Amino acid sequence: MKQYEVTFVVDPVLSVDEVKSTAQTYIDWLQQNGCKLVHVDEMGLRQLAYQINRRSSGFYYCIEFQSETGDFITKFELALQRDERVMRYLTISLDKFGIKYNQDKRDGKIGKKVVKKDKVAPNAPTPSPAPVVEAPPVEVPKVEVPSVADVSEEN
Amino acid sequence: MATKDDIKFLSNPNIGQQRKKYCRFKKFGIKHIDYKDGDFLLQFINEQGKLLPRRITGNSLKYQRKVATAVKRARHLGILPYLADLLK
Repeated sequence: MKQYEVTFVVDPVLSVDEVKSTAQTYIDWLQQNGCKLVHVDEMGLRQLAYQINRRSSGFYYCIEFQSETGDFITKFELALQRDERVMRYLTISLDKFGIKYNQDKRDGKIGKKVVKKDKVAPNAPTPSPAPVVEAPPVEVPKVEVPSVADVSEEN
Repeated sequence: MATKDDIKFLSNPNIGQQRKKYCRFKKFGIKHIDYKDGDFLLQFINEQGKLLPRRITGNSLKYQRKVATAVKRARHLGILPYLADLLK
């Protein structure tokens, strides 16, 4: 049993339903060919790094599946190649680290650390400035406003 | 005779020293490089979108090869540019 991953970019000019049906046709195609779907990731509309077929954005889809044989993949890629709605596609076979990485990503183990760091950083500075802010605003307007007014009157 | 402790330096001798480079994949135990993560791969390419050499990134050969394939896959899918100007 080998695990594969196919990523493809769908034309953004199509309506949302058409984009979804495009992806669904390939999901059905894989299931008909005896594949076990592991995960379907809708990455959504993304900006492309360069123009493809005069489009500057595209809908990304990533399908992970398991299969006994890889024979049908040439046929599958041919279907993607002939489909005008699909701008780019890439099929790769995953090694054990890739499978683990994707599993961890789905479980939210990857990228969570970054969120934690972000949460800690804003929390630390906020308590300290809070008491400082309370004192100055009462005094400052009284002192500053007349001085500004004096200057404007003199001018 | 002056002993070793007596010798004083005019400037801090540690200033000119280069920090030791290391392979971040080995150090943090990253085994798989995701080609769909464009922001992460941005660390390994220069402003023109070219791959940075190992002598700058410090990657070990094994992971430099994996980075290279990941960047090439990302370029194909339009996640990273083939050519760029002022990428960073």
